Amino acid sequence: MPPTTLDDAALMEIVVVSEIRGHRSFRCRLLELGLLPGAKVSKTKVAPLGDPVELEVRGRRLSVRRSEARQIHVRAEGTETVLPSAPGSQLGERTVS
Amino acid sequence: MTSTSLRAILVGSPNTGKTTLFNALTGQTARVGNYSGVTIDRRVGRILGLDARVGTAPELVDAPGTDSLSARSAEEMITLRAVLGLDEADPDLAIVVADATRPQATLYLAVQVLELGLPVVVALTMADELEGPGPNLERMSRHLGVPVVQVSARTGAGLAQLRTVVQIALKTPPVAVPLIDWPSSVLNATRQVATALPTTWLGAEPTAARRSALARHALLSIDEEDELEDIEPELRAAVYRARDTASEDLDLAIVQARYAWLDHGANSWKTATHIRSLTEQLDRLLLHPVAGFALFIVIMVTLFQLLFTGADPFITAIEAGVGALATHTSSMLPPGFLHDFAIEGLIGGVGNVVVFVPQIALLFLIVGFLEASGYMTRAAYLMDRIMRACGLNGRAFVPMMSGFACAVPAIMATRTMSRKRDRLLTMMVVPLMTCSARLPVYTLIIAALFPPDTLFGVFPVQGMLMTSMYLFSMVIALVAAGVLGRTILKGPPVPLLMELPPYRMPRLGELLRLVWLRTRQFLTDAGTVILGFTVAMWFLLSFPALPEPVGGIVALPEQEASEWQAQKLEYSAAGRLGKAIEPAIRPLGFDWKVGVGLIGAFAAREVFVSTMGMVYGIGEEVDEESPALRERLRSEAHPDGSPVYTPLSGLSLMVFFALAAQCMSTLAVVKRETGGYRWPLFLFVYMTGLAWAASLLVYQVGRLLGFS
Repeated sequence: MPPTTLDDAALMEIVVVSEIRGHRSFRCRLLELGLLPGAKVSKTKVAPLGDPVELEVRGRRLSVRRSEARQIHVRAEGTETVLPSAPGSQLGERTVS
Repeated sequence: MTSTSLRAILVGSPNTGKTTLFNALTGQTARVGNYSGVTIDRRVGRILGLDARVGTAPELVDAPGTDSLSARSAEEMITLRAVLGLDEADPDLAIVVADATRPQATLYLAVQVLELGLPVVVALTMADELEGPGPNLERMSRHLGVPVVQVSARTGAGLAQLRTVVQIALKTPPVAVPLIDWPSSVLNATRQVATALPTTWLGAEPTAARRSALARHALLSIDEEDELEDIEPELRAAVYRARDTASEDLDLAIVQARYAWLDHGANSWKTATHIRSLTEQLDRLLLHPVAGFALFIVIMVTLFQLLFTGADPFITAIEAGVGALATHTSSMLPPGFLHDFAIEGLIGGVGNVVVFVPQIALLFLIVGFLEASGYMTRAAYLMDRIMRACGLNGRAFVPMMSGFACAVPAIMATRTMSRKRDRLLTMMVVPLMTCSARLPVYTLIIAALFPPDTLFGVFPVQGMLMTSMYLFSMVIALVAAGVLGRTILKGPPVPLLMELPPYRMPRLGELLRLVWLRTRQFLTDAGTVILGFTVAMWFLLSFPALPEPVGGIVALPEQEASEWQAQKLEYSAAGRLGKAIEPAIRPLGFDWKVGVGLIGAFAAREVFVSTMGMVYGIGEEVDEESPALRERLRSEAHPDGSPVYTPLSGLSLMVFFALAAQCMSTLAVVKRETGGYRWPLFLFVYMTGLAWAASLLVYQVGRLLGFS
């Protein structure tokens, strides 16, 4: 089954961000760090206690907690599925390049 | 400092080597202060090595490292305030630092600074870590519209060129507002908010660029739950209105447009990807589920062992030096008030301050090493799950462990956390850890009141008790963190979002700079408070003075002299205070003499031992190993003949020492780090209240259970 959030993604699997959910302050920070819809992201490390996890986006490594990784919705690379519209995500599928 | 000197400001993401670059540019001229209202270092220096004909060397301000100018708290707002010069004169140039190995990630901040319409020079750092040719600087410079210089602050490569470029830029400011393709929704919202911007943000002659950039800043930063201070209600209302009426998600649209512009340029300057091979290999070992944790424990135990033993010879030397100074001064002054004040008040007070220096210096050497090498973030990464359960930041681990040595440097080490709430919470629980000043007290009580037997033939009672006191302090500290973090210091949940930087070899020069900086801050700020407290304690313990015996105290035989000292202490304010608090401490199993000891221990916990020596007329030259003092404790009896010190009252006393905030130096340093009396006062009240309640519980429940 393809992953739906970064938490489900396999280690080192390259996936594409489809949407960031969660608290506005958290969401804004992730967006500003380059986790925009369309950005390639991968889970690079899992901490020894299972939490937090490390992700890589734009060559930057970020550690987030698993609860936060679950707010990062992803799809498999190369797919262009349209998500059921969630509030505030009308731009969700416009890729940046 | 003349007002004519030019000013530049250094901004950049964390882990881009910004401070290393700052040090390389300013050398010995760097000075450190605080940003008003928050304890965030404000480094200022002068850019050295420029052409002398331009006049005074320009000033350089090191702004706090950040990934974005957007701000949700007063602390995060500082970078924007510094960039715009809202609290001082406008800077003439912003030097934006980005990482040459990952420009696409770190140039986002540069885009925001450019939007403000400020003169900008971009410094691409970490050039020595590039594997491959690196970005095409000419194309990057053409896209950004401002000069780009590649430097390595570590090797010094490119620094001369950066100086030249900065010198030219200070004369002819390079301003280039990026041509970002803002969607119409953003343009509309920007127009709405721009009219509500306060003049304090806009400055005297605001450009159109600055106006709209600040409007976008407000749109991204302000909402119902931000922790910003001093946002005008009109601006707030305008932001809410603009967001409510927007046709799309403005947060996403603004950030996306910035990155789209950046990426459009990045296509032309194409960079080689940075391979973090060494870091990856090290992490495979240091973050390994088994080996990683084992190494973590080994590293921490080694470092803290170093903190305990490494500082010891210096502390002994300082104490000997202060003692020699006191003896020397004593021989020069005639007996009397001035003599006692100089010896016990002033010299004792200076000794109380200087004695912390070895531990502070050593701890900051350790903290600096952990930070600069990149391991501090790994420690936080490894421990996050455990620390988070108690509401603590993963970075609180090192200060908490340091608390086993001494709370004073440990509280200063909380600066490794950026969020005020996390720092406060750590500061409020660090003093609960069993610091080394509690050891003499525990040693005295355990050795005097508990038998050197073994429990079930294997566990030595005395050793078990000592270990239990350590465990007790750790458990209480974590529980206190959990409780305080859910009540008084309750804050909105904050995401972890930290970056594991590449491993780097720390540079000794920078470590020593940090050590010197923190030591000096301690001596000048907390030191004066500790000195004042020591003098005040001396007054309490000496006045009102009992008239000296005929012929002076020196004429008495030793035994009588000690007894006279005991009477003098009883007669003093501290003695009276001890008696006054007796009703409050009686239910804990203590008499007024213990009360005097508790008051004396407020100067520093280990003073309890010498105060008890004075109280019992054995003389103040006793230590925790003194057989006379132990014997005296065992034989001391209440008026009704029952012993004052029993294993139960001893346990109650140890619990009191474990929990009470009996350390004026800790309170002084908390005052310094929080910038006011509110938090040290809270710390004192909650810890001492907790100590009283816990000792009461121990003593009364113990008696009910039939212990004596």
